[in-house]
Amino acid sequence: MADKEPRIVFQRPKSLLPVQMHYCPGCPHGIVHRLIGEAIDKMGIEGTTVGVAPVGCAVMAYDYFACDMIEAAHGRAPAVATAVKRVHPENIVFSYQGDGDLASIGMAETVHAATRGENITVIFYNNAIYGMTGGQMAPTSLPHQVTQTSPYGRDVHTAGYPIRVCELLKDLDGVAYLERVTVDTPSHVRKAKRAIQKAFTYQQEKRGYTLIEIVGTCSTNWGMTPLESMDWMRENMLPYYPLGVYKDIVAEGYENIHEAAKDRAKNVPIVMQEAN
Amino acid sequence: MGEKVLMKGNEAVAASAVRAGCRYYFGYPITPQTEVAAYMSKIMPKIGGTFLQAESEIAAINMLYGAGAAGARAMTSSSSPGISLKGEGISYMAGADLPGVILNVERGGPGLGSIQPSQQDYWQATRAMGHGDSRHIVYAPNTVQEMADLVYLAFDKADEYLMPVVLLADGLLGQMMEPVELPPEKTEFPEKPWATTGHHNKRPHNVANSLYLQADKLEAKLRERYARYEQIEKTEQRSEAFMVDDADIVVVAFGASARIARSAVVSARAQGIKAGLLRPITLWPFPNDSLEATVPQAKAYLSVEMNMGQMVDDVRLAVHDAHPVRFYGRTGGVIPAPGEVLDAIAKLAQEVGA
Ligand SMILES: Cc1ncc(C[n+]2csc(CCOP(=O)(O)OP(=O)(O)O)c2C)c(N)n1
Ligand code: SF4
Ligand SMILES: [Mg+2]
Repeated sequence: MADKEPRIVFQRPKSLLPVQMHYCPGCPHGIVHRLIGEAIDKMGIEGTTVGVAPVGCAVMAYDYFACDMIEAAHGRAPAVATAVKRVHPENIVFSYQGDGDLASIGMAETVHAATRGENITVIFYNNAIYGMTGGQMAPTSLPHQVTQTSPYGRDVHTAGYPIRVCELLKDLDGVAYLERVTVDTPSHVRKAKRAIQKAFTYQQEKRGYTLIEIVGTCSTNWGMTPLESMDWMRENMLPYYPLGVYKDIVAEGYENIHEAAKDRAKNVPIVMQEAN
Repeated sequence: MGEKVLMKGNEAVAASAVRAGCRYYFGYPITPQTEVAAYMSKIMPKIGGTFLQAESEIAAINMLYGAGAAGARAMTSSSSPGISLKGEGISYMAGADLPGVILNVERGGPGLGSIQPSQQDYWQATRAMGHGDSRHIVYAPNTVQEMADLVYLAFDKADEYLMPVVLLADGLLGQMMEPVELPPEKTEFPEKPWATTGHHNKRPHNVANSLYLQADKLEAKLRERYARYEQIEKTEQRSEAFMVDDADIVVVAFGASARIARSAVVSARAQGIKAGLLRPITLWPFPNDSLEATVPQAKAYLSVEMNMGQMVDDVRLAVHDAHPVRFYGRTGGVIPAPGEVLDAIAKLAQEVGA
């Protein structure tokens, strides 16, 4: 009979600092932080990782992650991360951004970092609302969704349609891997964790730009309990933002974005020309 | 001594920046400074550096923020409309105490303005490049040689004081060719233990950040930063005096307009008017000390600028309004002729009986 040594089965990832987070009770931001921390721990990369925090509810992420951190201006995390990666290409560089940050004010930075094939990982938390500023309409708010600035529901005739980020980015040649996940059930959480780890691994292997979209909630500003908000997300968000892999150049049989891009444009003489 | 080469101001800035250790350049095309980007795009791939044409000036300045945080020597350049867009990132750099060099080759404004040389961004450069309480050292070169020397210095000062440093030039200086001796290749750089380089499990994490949720903490941080600014105001003032010692009329001009003012001063002397030129080289800190020193001798001041009169207030403050302070300028991209400035000097001399 083996004696009953106490065994640790669950603890805070080492790469998450032992500080109290400020997120509302039941907010999935904390789960996503934990998954990033677990990936960093598992890969042993805390010392060589630099994170870029957004402006949004995750603004204080620089106090939570134990790796070096930079707080970027609203929407500019991809530009900041670009430079950080260019200066230290051997580091793992990730940004953590909300939907307002990434898909509204920072859309230009998002698209251009992606198309340049910056070897960075973007963790995109999509809760269809501006959480931090108290619940205004976001670029991802659904048609008829009531927010502080769409009090009669998002009117697509005046406010237009939501942006599906993975779908928008997948045609860019700089993108190596895109997956949309959520964290509402244990199996979804495990899937999300695998996706984040895969993105970091692709970055380590210098394959190109990677982005993981996490469909989340904001019970506080949706005006629901955390459980109700999960139901609302499953009913409304997931059909609009279907989960799944939107691009994986390795699964398509390519080493990296450059191979894939070249194959796609193989009939274009200037593209196939040797670099001088 | 190195040899002199004939270069455009914009190219001299770029070549000198590289010698100062700049290995990261981020920019977006705009006239009249595109030669900087052209030069950087040629040289950076050859020396293991990075030239990155950003999607906008906003992206470029935020890349400068990132490169500064990561511990690199980096620069961006633009012209007036693009500099307005950089205001955001400059403010964040000031708030996070990050170094970086920003070149503004000014053109006419406001709005799209004109593409001719101007000095209409004096207020923007010296007062508020972005929101919040902050200061930035501002250098105003007036020769191609100074374009090279001051950008070289700017990298050191940015690292020394952990702040963005601005080079305020104009289309005239950027485009004209003059012989220049480039400074030597720098080989020693300051340590940056605060940089976000990855902690390699050797230290607690570094954070580059400008957010303080508690007002009193932010106030304390600002007071600390302002103590540094005060130090800079004491030790970093630079100016050049030309025939100022016995001058009745002290002309104050910087950058390209100082070149014109200087020939007007020479002509005034030939007419028997005791004129001199005090040329600020740092616009912030403003050379208050050397201006104040002229008060016992001078009878009046003439601020000559390529704008509607922006520096003139600083001259009044520096001399405590002890004598009349007048303004002469052309704007919108129009360069004043030496004869116009001479007339303004003569008129002022008559007014104050000099
Ligand atoms: C330039 C600028 N504009 C606006 C704001 C105000 N602001 C702070 S957070 C935010 C929205 C954040 O929403 P999102 O990115 O979706 O993140 P969430 O809070 O929902 O996680 C806005 C508009 C700001 N800080 N800076
Ligand atoms: S406001 Fe919304 S997104 Fe922000 S912490 Fe609270 S629940 Fe989470
Ligand atoms: Mg949001």
